Amino acid sequence: MPPLITQHDLENRVQDFLAAHDPRTTSKQDFLRARFDAGLAWLHYPEGLGGLGLPRDLQPVAEKAFAAAGAPDNDPRRIGIGLGMAAPTILAFGSDEQKQRWLRPLWCGEEVWCQLFSEPGAGSDLAALATRAVRDSEGEGDSADWIVNGQKVWTSMAHEARWAILVTRTDPDVPKHQGMTYFVLDMTAPGVEVRPLRQLTGEAEFNEVFLTDVRIPDSQRLGAVGEGWKVAQTTLMNERVAIGGGSSPRESGMIGVLAQRWRDNPGVRDAALHDRLMILWVAAEAARLTAMRLSAQLAAGQPGPEGSAAKYAFATLNQQISGLELELLGEEGLRYDDWTMRRPDTVDFVGRSPGYRYLRAKGNSIEGGTSEILLNIIAERVLGLPGEIRADKDVAWKDLPR
Amino acid sequence: MEGPPPVSEELLYSEPEEELRTAVADLLADRAPWASVLARTESAEPYDAELWKALGTGIGAAGLLIPESLGGAGASLREAAVVAEELGKAVAPVPFLGNLTATALLLAVHDAGNGTAAAADELLRRIAAGEQTVAVAIPFTRSPDTTYKGRVSVTPWPPREDPHEARVTGRVTSVADALPADVLLVPADGSIYVVQASDAKRTAVTSLDMTRVLCDIEYDDTPAMLLTTRYGALQSALLSAAAILASEQLGLAERCLATTVEYVKTRHQFGRAVGSYQGLKHRLAQLWVQIAQARAVARHAVSATGEEQAIAVAVAQAHCSAVAVQAAEECVQMHGGIGFTWEHPAHLYLKRAKSTSLALGAPSRHRRRLAELVDLPAS
Repeated sequence: MPPLITQHDLENRVQDFLAAHDPRTTSKQDFLRARFDAGLAWLHYPEGLGGLGLPRDLQPVAEKAFAAAGAPDNDPRRIGIGLGMAAPTILAFGSDEQKQRWLRPLWCGEEVWCQLFSEPGAGSDLAALATRAVRDSEGEGDSADWIVNGQKVWTSMAHEARWAILVTRTDPDVPKHQGMTYFVLDMTAPGVEVRPLRQLTGEAEFNEVFLTDVRIPDSQRLGAVGEGWKVAQTTLMNERVAIGGGSSPRESGMIGVLAQRWRDNPGVRDAALHDRLMILWVAAEAARLTAMRLSAQLAAGQPGPEGSAAKYAFATLNQQISGLELELLGEEGLRYDDWTMRRPDTVDFVGRSPGYRYLRAKGNSIEGGTSEILLNIIAERVLGLPGEIRADKDVAWKDLPR
Repeated sequence: MEGPPPVSEELLYSEPEEELRTAVADLLADRAPWASVLARTESAEPYDAELWKALGTGIGAAGLLIPESLGGAGASLREAAVVAEELGKAVAPVPFLGNLTATALLLAVHDAGNGTAAAADELLRRIAAGEQTVAVAIPFTRSPDTTYKGRVSVTPWPPREDPHEARVTGRVTSVADALPADVLLVPADGSIYVVQASDAKRTAVTSLDMTRVLCDIEYDDTPAMLLTTRYGALQSALLSAAAILASEQLGLAERCLATTVEYVKTRHQFGRAVGSYQGLKHRLAQLWVQIAQARAVARHAVSATGEEQAIAVAVAQAHCSAVAVQAAEECVQMHGGIGFTWEHPAHLYLKRAKSTSLALGAPSRHRRRLAELVDLPAS
């Protein structure tokens, strides 16, 4: 076992690093690369891959010290998919060569990643995916390139991404959870076409990605042929951890916007709206305290299933709050700020108009697991109720009705 | 990435709290299974004096909040809340909540210590020793923020120097836990008086909640002793009581969900366990989410202090009252025909849940109070 490092040791180590790499005089890129090489990027990763093999809970100590020194960050919002989904999967399933190639530029923010899982026919039922990958018949047996054809959808950042994590079907003759294979796709490869997917808000956060005879070298496969589902589970598990708990002040988020509007506009007040406002205020406060309790549980080493509940609760709440906000506005609620097709990197609930909030919130109960799927998870995994009856479990993928 | 989020351990349960929970749960499993609770509701003795003795003095639940110097446990509302959760699960017929409300009132007098504290201290000592059970004689529906103008008057008025001289006359209705009480704390004319329960005329009423006895009380020139002119002690006691009631509601909701989940796993219709139907699964999952939230807000309500306490309690009562009712209603519904019978405990939960949602201020009342506290005016 490596010698354990204390919080104090770590703080010293960061201070030594900052002394050697003054953030005021070092370029952002050089600083981030040096930080990675010093093992001060993600502390729980192994040495040589940006980390020191330390417990995860020391990460905030380093982040705090770097932030206090005014050190540049790696733009975690822009590279969130890489950090949250691609990196842990590469770490768990990648070869040494793959880890060396991808992790450093990923963490430094030099290379943006996207995720090619969902398809028009495979959303909540992800294992139904149909994008095919077949060995190039001209190539040499087990190391031959793969040729990929299919369509992916709901891909955020695809238009900026250098790399993608991709799940494909490689054996249609076995049941749907088998016969899948996981790859890293070069988004600049011939045959990759990214088209913006315009949403009901007018903007295009997401893309459709069309793959036509795209060639992927076998060296970019993650995990064994046919084990793509297992690899994808690692990716998705890490996504759920990232969504998890948190802690925020009272009246954070949309309820704060609504409450402030109420305070600022006495003209909108009536008794019926007031009771609805207070019902939502209480619900928001209950959700906030529940998220805090979840954080405390995690910190105390008692992870609970409240993460799924938190996502479900916030989705429901955002929709109700944004709906009431439009009603409060009356005539102004009839207007919208901007239908121009923009391509934002992140969702901006607070900076946009009430109409945008109302429309965008409709996605909260669909993206990252629909509310219906989350309720199934709670019912089955927490309450132990019987699973849904599955008609597709033992049937070869190619024989399933589509 | 920002620094670590502030983490509040007070929303969790401590080890001593879990130990207390186990002791109470074991006692209740042994002495108050629901079938005997049901049988008792039809008997001449609706509350369980023996159980209250075992709980109150055996486990020390009666004196939880009372300082050690007065013979109590010197614990806080957090520990009392854990007891309330277990009592809620069992719909136990004991005057814990009423006794706690009176204790909180006496403690407020004790803390103010303005010359009349000796009487309060003496009562606290007797409560801790299990010699007396005390209740606050006001309607159970009173919310902590109402200025209670009862229909009880005092002679002479204004109160004399010698507090033993007073007499009270009047009537209060739907008072909780006063039937088994030895001593009544009586708000009258803006002060609070001590009355020996046997000096007043108490009439049991037929209550919606068969497991928490209510009574009407009449005073007719009844001897009373001035306890305090500090009427704020009543509001502060009701605030503590409402915080504890949220935990009782949490426990009740948890039991309803657990009972229902067990049932839908075993009950088969159309060749499947009914719990495999998504229509029921989603409702139960939603209920679980509501209960997870109830746990967080109830814990906060018994931990918060100062100005935050009033907000925390209003949030907890607005949320937990509704969750308990929803849980009990789903329990009846998802049990189908059996849930509608006298022989099944679901009705005990439903009656308790609906009654507690009216007690100590209904959710709408707490929302209105909250609106004032967080500056969201109604008009």
